[in-house]
Amino acid sequence: MATAKGKSVAATPKKAVRKIRILVGKPGLDGHDRGAKIIARALRDAGVEVIYTGLHQTPEMIVSAAAQEDVDGIGLSILSGAHNYLFPRIITLLREKKMDDVVLFGGGIIPDDDIPKLMKKGVDRVFTPGATIQEIVDYVNVRIRPRK
Amino acid sequence: MNAAGREILAGNTRAAARLMRDLDDEIPAAIRTLKQLYRHTGRAFILGVTGAPGAGKSTLVNRITTHLRKRGSSVGIVAIDPTSPYSGGAILGDRIRMQQHALDEGVFIKSLATRGHLGGLSRSTIDIVNVMDAMGKDVILIETVGVGQDEVEIVKVAHTNLVLVVPGLGDDIQAIKAGILEIADIFVINKADRDGADKAKREIETMVSMSGFKEGEWKPPVLSAVAATDKGTVELLEAVDRHKEYIYQEGNLSRYRREKARVELVEILKTRLIEKAVSDLDAHGLLEPLLADMAKKRKDPYTISEKVVNHSFAFHFLNGGKQASMKGKGKPR
Repeated sequence: MATAKGKSVAATPKKAVRKIRILVGKPGLDGHDRGAKIIARALRDAGVEVIYTGLHQTPEMIVSAAAQEDVDGIGLSILSGAHNYLFPRIITLLREKKMDDVVLFGGGIIPDDDIPKLMKKGVDRVFTPGATIQEIVDYVNVRIRPRK
Repeated sequence: MNAAGREILAGNTRAAARLMRDLDDEIPAAIRTLKQLYRHTGRAFILGVTGAPGAGKSTLVNRITTHLRKRGSSVGIVAIDPTSPYSGGAILGDRIRMQQHALDEGVFIKSLATRGHLGGLSRSTIDIVNVMDAMGKDVILIETVGVGQDEVEIVKVAHTNLVLVVPGLGDDIQAIKAGILEIADIFVINKADRDGADKAKREIETMVSMSGFKEGEWKPPVLSAVAATDKGTVELLEAVDRHKEYIYQEGNLSRYRREKARVELVEILKTRLIEKAVSDLDAHGLLEPLLADMAKKRKDPYTISEKVVNHSFAFHFLNGGKQASMKGKGKPR
């Protein structure tokens, strides 16, 4: 059997195995985390690494966790009505930390009128009641790519 | 030293986070940075925490972190959760119990998925611990996946290993099965306010006393705690301090360092050699014909592997160019 000796084949570096990493969090004061947990699980089943941070997160906590975990996207569940504060605040913090490449999306009880304003401020997508789990998984798979 | 390396040595969180992800994702450029950081490692104290799922590992890590911060130590936490073998995805939820440290600049938390690696850690754990070490964390806590019977890997990585046991899980036979005793430097009976805590403590103490520890050897203490209410954490940290003193004794520390070096090297070689052997066979057009021959039982994998291994190594380059053959003549260094 011939061996590799003398022919010097460059070791082919193993192909990188980037996985999508998403932080799923619940900012604000409402305690209804069922939706966030269902999304976390659906994303896991779609092959995503989900960092789940639990309830009652401040925007500062979310952005700090997103930085330490080097995520590609942040998904927020907001049912408290505070979306017009929480989303823009997180966008400001992401910009301050030069993390503009992190895609911010979310869902919850969010009036239709608020959605264009949120998107104009930099929220990538807002899902409202009635959105299917598959829609959200498809969105993540298409829109969010692991960073270079 | 490249720019990323310099930023990490200066304690830059974001640069460190990005390198950690690159290492986890096996990006080749990340290894270049790690090579440069390696000689800046070895300063941190590494504490392993293991135990069955639900034993309270995250909660305890959270408590320990609070106390370490009060002492003024900076803390790195590597928390590992399992990857789904079906989808390749994971839910990393250890942060939930560590929220009180989310805004503390002195605490860095990295969640990792096992990605199919066995032994309680992820493949990248040692690399990531090294990055935290280089960035100057005083104490690094490693929380293993919740398994509980076979996480021997953590032993070689951590200076001190805590094994969490909860009352009411299994009988004394569970306790004498191999695995748990060998890896524990300190046993923690967590949720010690529950029924059966005293019994669990006695069983483990009996098991420890039957193990024939010699004079001067470290004998794992069995402590009780209720991590949820912070009961017993102070005593636990005192025991950790005592073990740290023991392991930092002259002979012990150099033995630990060599053992850790051995694991680091063997783990990396394992992956790299296999990749190189397989890709070289393939590049020479040998892989598929060999597999076909094996499938027809004309060749066997034992002979092929022997030939591949015997013809692959020339180690004299590691020895400053002096000849050191693999047949036992050379001085192993």
